[in-house]
Amino acid sequence: MESEAGEREPVIIAFCCHYCAFTAADLAGTMRQQYPTNIRIVRLPCTGKVYVNMLLEAFVDGADGVMVAGCEEGSCHFLEGNYRAKKRVNYAKQKIEEVGINPEKLEMYHIGASEGPLFARKAREFTERIRKLMQEENEPENQIQNEK
Amino acid sequence: MIIAEQKPFKEIYESVKDSEKLLVLGCGTCVTVCMAGGEKEVGVLANQIRLAAGKDGGKIEVTEHTITRQCDEEFFDEGASEKIKEADSVLSLGCGVGVQHIVQLYPDVVVRPGVNTQFYGATLQQGIWTERCAGCGECVLERFEGICPIARCSKSLMNGPCGGSSNGMCEVDPENTECAWQLIYDRMKRLNKLDKLMDYQPPKDWSHDRDGGPRSVSREDVLF
Repeated sequence: MESEAGEREPVIIAFCCHYCAFTAADLAGTMRQQYPTNIRIVRLPCTGKVYVNMLLEAFVDGADGVMVAGCEEGSCHFLEGNYRAKKRVNYAKQKIEEVGINPEKLEMYHIGASEGPLFARKAREFTERIRKLMQEENEPENQIQNEK
Repeated sequence: MIIAEQKPFKEIYESVKDSEKLLVLGCGTCVTVCMAGGEKEVGVLANQIRLAAGKDGGKIEVTEHTITRQCDEEFFDEGASEKIKEADSVLSLGCGVGVQHIVQLYPDVVVRPGVNTQFYGATLQQGIWTERCAGCGECVLERFEGICPIARCSKSLMNGPCGGSSNGMCEVDPENTECAWQLIYDRMKRLNKLDKLMDYQPPKDWSHDRDGGPRSVSREDVLF
């Protein structure tokens, strides 16, 4: 996927829990809230289903950014799935940093079921972040560094 | 069980980056329980190597496999053997025993260790493992009512405690390490056996430990 300027558009995978973030994404659509088409949502029963390798696999399969979106803190449908996900996301950040991927390319968000506009805003912000990181990586001096 | 810890990724990658066909081989026993080298860890590490190789422009073909035990020949079934023979390097996430056993079974394959083997330990809670046995070859737990001064006292004192015991903790690591001799005292008190501590414990015979050279055990009755 390329932008009008010919730059490659980021591919972003969003792992969303069924009860909150996915419902929020659904609501964002119902409310006609715009968010970038770069986001590909994968619905999970709970972000507690997220395991570290699932996140790494997304990068291996070509994702430029990965976001995990679960319930607000304290309101997980399965009590503490989102806390577990947060720990795993932090661990996965270390793992991708070790291989030279900017850990900012992976992020955890907490979005309640009624927060459609917040989901759209976070999706826009994260897409912008990834786009900016990709541009930085493509700058000539960084390319030399990357090659080293 | 044997407790291990994964090596830093940089060290692992340096050791395998020149291979073209790499097999990451996990072990389904001790290192699975201590989350250092089981199927899940194999998956994460294999993907890390794929990502790092992709960034490097390297072309490592990484395959993954986990067998029940790397320290037993019977678990190297046909599937595992084929994958090992097809690879030019094997990155073993088994303990040091597993690595050496693969070398023994497949002498033509280059094998690299992916974990640092640490000690014989117990799971205190998920994510925390601690040393409980030093494998000294001559168990003294009977004398100390089940608390081992060899493995759990920083100085392996047979007649403790030393002056470094403070508030039940060891001076070597006062935050995390309990004084084994405090534990022994508390245990004897609980069992009304404090008088047992009046016995002088003779120096330990270390010839059963590593000091006697590499050890082996044989059982005539089960030999084929």
